[in-house]
Amino acid sequence: MGDFLRAALAVAAKDIRVEHRSKTALIAAIAFAALVLVIFNFARDAAAVSREMLAPSVLWITFSFSGVIALNRSFALERENAALDGLLLAPVSRSALFLGKYLANLAFVFTVEAVALPLFVLFFDVDLSGALGGIVLTAVLATTGFVAVGTVFAAMTVRTRFAELMLPLLVLPFLLPPVIGAVQVTARLLAGRPVSEIAGWLRILGFYDLVFVTLCLLLFPPLMDE
Amino acid sequence: MTPPTAGPLLQANKLERHFGAARVLRGVSLAVSPGECHLVVGPNGAGKTTLLRLLAGLARPSAGTVTIEGVPAREPQARRRIGLLSHQSQLYHDLTAVENLAFTARLYGVADPVAAARAGLAAMGLAERADEPVRRLSRGMIQRVAIVRALLHRPGLLLLDEPFTGLDQQSSEQTLALLALERAAGQALVLVTHDAHEAWELATHAHLLVRGVWATSGPRGGEGGEGEGEASLDDFLRRYREAQRG
Repeated sequence: MGDFLRAALAVAAKDIRVEHRSKTALIAAIAFAALVLVIFNFARDAAAVSREMLAPSVLWITFSFSGVIALNRSFALERENAALDGLLLAPVSRSALFLGKYLANLAFVFTVEAVALPLFVLFFDVDLSGALGGIVLTAVLATTGFVAVGTVFAAMTVRTRFAELMLPLLVLPFLLPPVIGAVQVTARLLAGRPVSEIAGWLRILGFYDLVFVTLCLLLFPPLMDE
Repeated sequence: MTPPTAGPLLQANKLERHFGAARVLRGVSLAVSPGECHLVVGPNGAGKTTLLRLLAGLARPSAGTVTIEGVPAREPQARRRIGLLSHQSQLYHDLTAVENLAFTARLYGVADPVAAARAGLAAMGLAERADEPVRRLSRGMIQRVAIVRALLHRPGLLLLDEPFTGLDQQSSEQTLALLALERAAGQALVLVTHDAHEAWELATHAHLLVRGVWATSGPRGGEGGEGEGEASLDDFLRRYREAQRG
């Protein structure tokens, strides 16, 4: 195992261990996801909007907003006690630090999504039996890209005074392409449409991942310079 | 005083650091050889911490250069030679002391990170608290864990920012003895403090930083007055008091 991968895995394992001990971000993100689902469920005018029409948008609003909450903790824990200095002083590539943070953030956001999906089924009474595989694939494709962007913006905002406020403001516009794509795919999957109708959207999500994960790997090192 | 044994390990040339119109450091140079301890003293706002961050490669100078064994300080090869003890512990308070140190050891490629972490904690008298979360340790204990963290990868250059903060008399003496051993073993030290007394005996050189420039800089003398070109503690403190008065 190369030094690069060893350092990245050490950072990811450390972040997961810290979160496992404190559980602050996970509990906050999962509680937020549950609240969003409850609010949408009861705020919906059943006579005007059917569950089927609303469900895909609600699912992805829940995933993306609760994902941003999970991302917020990523560099907040490095700010406490100036731990970020210790990371930056270590003789490892900045890209390895990014990869470690990114892997840990993916784990957090996937965990939040794994808990939020059954809650979504519960509140919206959606039958996922024929669409579960497709929705999981869509979640993986959409999350891969937006977590990369979120990790870079979390690093950018960590030294600002209002990091918790700045992160959603910066990252949400970049969430639009994957969220639009994921909503389109989910709507078609829930309606039982053929795979040929979603293939194009899945390609767009894959392209977004390729472009933004690469860009983030390249942009992260100079962003860490003081 | 231990004479220098080799060429400079750390070479800082004409460092400048500006924050907008504010010039925090102005043309500061420093050469530190193995076995030397450079004491940097100055009043609040003199630029001491900024200087240390530039020497560690954590910040980019507005002008000037910092090299460690001829390699720019921001390069990974140079960073491997640096240990930094800053104002804050750089520790994760939800992790245990040994988990924190093992994580650092992994980043530096230390063989058997957990064993290295436990050995470091034992050397600082913290073996029994090794598996407790850092948040349960006292301020002094956290500072000692932070010192172990800075020394874990056997750096050639140790940068210390107020290393005695939060330590009781016994812990301060223990830390001072440890630093003296490190220096005797050939490690170069740059120690930033606002209190010249606490590390005067450890120092081979003393520098007074006032408003971003050296007010005095050179080999240090003894308590009362020393040889040619050497600053005594009394003389140094007199200049420091003058600087504080502005």
